[in-house]
Amino acid sequence: MSFEVNGKPYSQAPRAGQCLRTFLRELGHFGVKKGCDAGDCGACTVLLDGEPVHSCLIPAFRAEGHAVTTIEGLGGDSGAHPMQQAFLDAQGFQCGFCTAGMILTCASLNQAQRTDLGVALKGNICRCTGYRSIEDVLLGKTNVEENVEAGAAFGRSLPAPAGPDVVRGKARYTFDTQIDGLLHIKLLRSPHAHARIIAIDKSEALSAPGVHAVLTHEDAPTILMSTARHEKDWMDPEDTRILDDVVRFIGQKVAAVVADTEAAAEDACRRLKVSYEIFPALIDPEQAMAPGAPVIHPDRTTANRVADAPRNLAAETHGEFGDVAAALATSAVTFEGTFHSHRVQHAALETHGGLAWLDASGVLNVRTSTQVPFLTRRALSDIFELPVDKVRVFCERVGGGFGGKQEMFVEDILALAALKTGRPVKLELTREEQFIATSTRHPMRVHIKAGADADGRLTALQLDVLSNTGAYGNHAGPVMFHSLAESIAVYNCPNKRVDGYAVYTNTVPAGAFRGYGLPQTLIAVEAAIDELARQLGISPYEMRRRNVVKPGDPMLSPPPSEFHDVLYGSYGLDQCLDLVECAMLADGPQPDLSPEWLIGDGVALTMIDTVPPAGHLADAMVALNDDAGFDLTVGTAEFGNGTSTVHRQIAATTLATTVDRIHLRQSDTAHGGHDTGAYGSAGMFVAGKATHAAAMQLATELKAAAASAWLCDVGSCTLEGEAVVSGVRRMSFVELAKLARERGQPFAGTGNSSGTPRSVGFNVQGFRVAVNKGTGELRILRSVHAADAGVVANPMQCRGQVEGGVAQALGAALYEEMVIDADGRVTNPKFREYHLPSFADVPRTEVFFAETSDTIGPLGAKSMSESPYNPVAAALGNAIADATGIRFTAPPFKPDRLFPALHDKFG
Amino acid sequence: MDLNTITTVAHPQTRAQLPVWAPGDAWLAGGTWLFSEPQVHLTRLVDLADLKWPALTVTDSHFSIAATCTVAQLDGFVCPPDWFAAPLINQCCRAFLASFKIWKTATVGGNLCMSLPAGPMISLTSALDGLCTIWKAGGGEQTVPVADFVTGNQRNRLGTGDLLRQIDIPIAAMKRRTAFRQISLAPVGRSAALLIGSLDSDGTLTLTVTASTVRPIQLSFPKFPDANALRDAIEQHITDELYHTDIHGKPFWRKHMTLRLAEEVRDELLSATPS
Repeated sequence: MSFEVNGKPYSQAPRAGQCLRTFLRELGHFGVKKGCDAGDCGACTVLLDGEPVHSCLIPAFRAEGHAVTTIEGLGGDSGAHPMQQAFLDAQGFQCGFCTAGMILTCASLNQAQRTDLGVALKGNICRCTGYRSIEDVLLGKTNVEENVEAGAAFGRSLPAPAGPDVVRGKARYTFDTQIDGLLHIKLLRSPHAHARIIAIDKSEALSAPGVHAVLTHEDAPTILMSTARHEKDWMDPEDTRILDDVVRFIGQKVAAVVADTEAAAEDACRRLKVSYEIFPALIDPEQAMAPGAPVIHPDRTTANRVADAPRNLAAETHGEFGDVAAALATSAVTFEGTFHSHRVQHAALETHGGLAWLDASGVLNVRTSTQVPFLTRRALSDIFELPVDKVRVFCERVGGGFGGKQEMFVEDILALAALKTGRPVKLELTREEQFIATSTRHPMRVHIKAGADADGRLTALQLDVLSNTGAYGNHAGPVMFHSLAESIAVYNCPNKRVDGYAVYTNTVPAGAFRGYGLPQTLIAVEAAIDELARQLGISPYEMRRRNVVKPGDPMLSPPPSEFHDVLYGSYGLDQCLDLVECAMLADGPQPDLSPEWLIGDGVALTMIDTVPPAGHLADAMVALNDDAGFDLTVGTAEFGNGTSTVHRQIAATTLATTVDRIHLRQSDTAHGGHDTGAYGSAGMFVAGKATHAAAMQLATELKAAAASAWLCDVGSCTLEGEAVVSGVRRMSFVELAKLARERGQPFAGTGNSSGTPRSVGFNVQGFRVAVNKGTGELRILRSVHAADAGVVANPMQCRGQVEGGVAQALGAALYEEMVIDADGRVTNPKFREYHLPSFADVPRTEVFFAETSDTIGPLGAKSMSESPYNPVAAALGNAIADATGIRFTAPPFKPDRLFPALHDKFG
Repeated sequence: MDLNTITTVAHPQTRAQLPVWAPGDAWLAGGTWLFSEPQVHLTRLVDLADLKWPALTVTDSHFSIAATCTVAQLDGFVCPPDWFAAPLINQCCRAFLASFKIWKTATVGGNLCMSLPAGPMISLTSALDGLCTIWKAGGGEQTVPVADFVTGNQRNRLGTGDLLRQIDIPIAAMKRRTAFRQISLAPVGRSAALLIGSLDSDGTLTLTVTASTVRPIQLSFPKFPDANALRDAIEQHITDELYHTDIHGKPFWRKHMTLRLAEEVRDELLSATPS
């Protein structure tokens, strides 16, 4: 076969059923990404004879005689294509995994298509940005600041350091590497929701060509663990084995086949003969605690940190301050309602997966798509009884996380396979596996009771939460506790009560997900605040102002917390409420809508602790190099959160240099130190603090060295313009680097952060919606978001995090829905059936920042990646209620769900 | 995605070269659905590309669309000025859930053979009285109207080894006035109801309901109906079990959207009726 890729002739022949995507990657073109492998997401877009196509759908043999252009070839030898440069100028990416396909598509649009981007870009999904920055690309906008002087990086809109590699397809994600002799893993998964494996006949599979090993529960360590990764293992129950002899959900892994090719591994999986003893399955969480319900983890006890295994309770909490019942009985107004938040998926465009191998020194290396390399190393060390220094876990660039990669779903199998075979191995999950067998958001039923006095002061708040953790308890407790914490702690109220249950069911496990439980309870709490305000004739903003905590107020949620380290490092909730109210009232274009469209406004707020409780650790190291630049080593991972940019800004500002002089090394346990991980928005608040401390220490060292050379008081020395300065004396970093060489000891600083004390951040979301009473369609006429992020480290990036959070939350509030049938099977495990927001679905959100400076966070900054998601569904529900007079309590608010009640009311 | 169980691809150039159909065979037209899902039951693809069927042909009586004509080729066709139904082509192409990038590869015939309720090429060709030509597996040909070709959600009249050759649309149908309405749960989402009305030269109104129903339903009104007559006819002929249900729309909503869009279609065409 003869064809061209990026202008170079090729003669390799593909396999008969191979698609162009994998063929191109096998030829080394790693810029061609797999998001869905089904034609839905566009990440694999290439040009075929100049026309954009989804390479995952093109039979590879059809490239015969044609010319293919991948992202690597778009710019040619002369450098960046104008569209690549435009993506850099506007920073139209976050994790960057969709970017190659997005650029190739955008570069192909004609003028007509550019005027209708919603249609033109419906074949390209970006999970991170919310599309505003991509629109900016096509409008030719420049969002990055240039020529930022030394020492002034913090607070400026500097671009992501990986940008040039991202837009050229050179940034290496998890699978973008070639390893000789690589074997491939495929997993056989359970077809039953609940069963015991009686026997697995491996003989036919083992005798199939190319098969190296078949691993089952008999090969796996018996140790119990959780896929959830936390700094403290006690946060999650021990209820999971790498490979178990009991399967508890459809999709649970039963066996792993290691073979020469994915095809051989798949074939061998089909040859495995498994006999099951089928158990009754528990699918409905409402039935979990009922007498006679199937028990999912009968052998677990509180010693395994399972709250009440016979009642299928992974976790449970109860607490009360004051007397809620008495307060409700005497309140001027009350509200009671039940809200259901459904199951949604992270849908990071890079699927879970990784590669593992043993190197010459016997170290187990795991290259993986993770938010938590250090905690994963610790888990592998524990499970396989290996010294910590014999395990290395790392990632380069990760294609999106959203909490889904604060888990160990593949690294354990990778390690097992590498150790058993002694060969390098790869496991790359399919999009379907992401849906049926990784984790989801916790579906929750939330019952709320609330009361207020005639002045609008809250008298009582009561939450009763039933959280469905699925077959395993990863994150079950922490998510449930979090859902019951800041959601009501943000309100002063003398009587509060919570009851929480996290129940097991025989369904795909729920896990960490952006928001970590708060969005599911906020939709109830914020609805209650609105409903009470409505009854009292008080505006929703005023109602909130009268009740929210202010500095000095205790932030309380029962039962009493054992953690007392949350402080008001700064407070901008008042500003956020004002900013949103003001923007919602501002003049704007009047929509031209028929009287069938009902218009209403809604608002919701959220408070979030800036760090997860019980310790979150980070180490950082920074050293002056020979070239007078700096090596900055941090443990935290980059998956579109933008922390790589911010860490360089913190270091450059502290060291009076420019960001291009800061060489960042990250997310590799081999670099030493420890980092709990990039979750709970800790990548900046915790790890950034460590970077700041390390840079401060190095600055002190540099000043001391200069002072010692000058025989002057170190107190007179400052860092300015890449030099130590004292009066008229100046010692440049070049000279200091030379000094270090001469004395044979480099200048270096280390810093760490323990994640305590913690501060609080705030977000307020406002929506104006129009709901068509004849169709149930919903249009967002205005979207306003105010965030209290302290001193904003990078306004462009922070705005992007807010917009992306709002967009992802809108997906869950309007479209996304995992459907599980009566047998426990996910019925829609593909993007075609699980509608992620595309360009046309996401309104532009006006983003405002409160002006605060945090006393705890690095250089006054606070975290801001997770929380913009939290108030969105609640604000939307409030806006719909305002528009229609109907309180909808179960997102997604799709036309077919809104219509019946609208039809009843309006005909 | 890779179809790893495929061991061979046949490339017939004539009908005589079509291999004898065997279990594990699949026709490969654009491949945009075939390569989008695991197909572990398949071992051989029969590539239709080398048959080199002309994509679009116009005769005195018919507008012929080869089954292998891509959506992009159809969308790019420049219709004669008296084909008043021409706008329907682009309207239906835009109703694809898939983007223009897929249109370059996906075929009209593939969309018919998938027989999804929301298949917009089914909507288009059924509304324009398209006639399918099927090459029977045992030899010979069969013709069947598109509206009868699709018999249910992912069900059609093709027997094992049968091959859809082309769809012929009467030129007269291309000259009708038409009205198009579509709704979905998201702005550019999969069609939950797609209705096309057409007005014949003799004043007959034909309403073609797709996407909301498991198969195309056509209602013909020799006398232009008033709103009540239209509503009554829909309620009488489209019984509740004919409304499709899936993640893209609940049947109660689909039914009401069908009634609503039908009235909008009627209203639009009312102004075009000969008075």
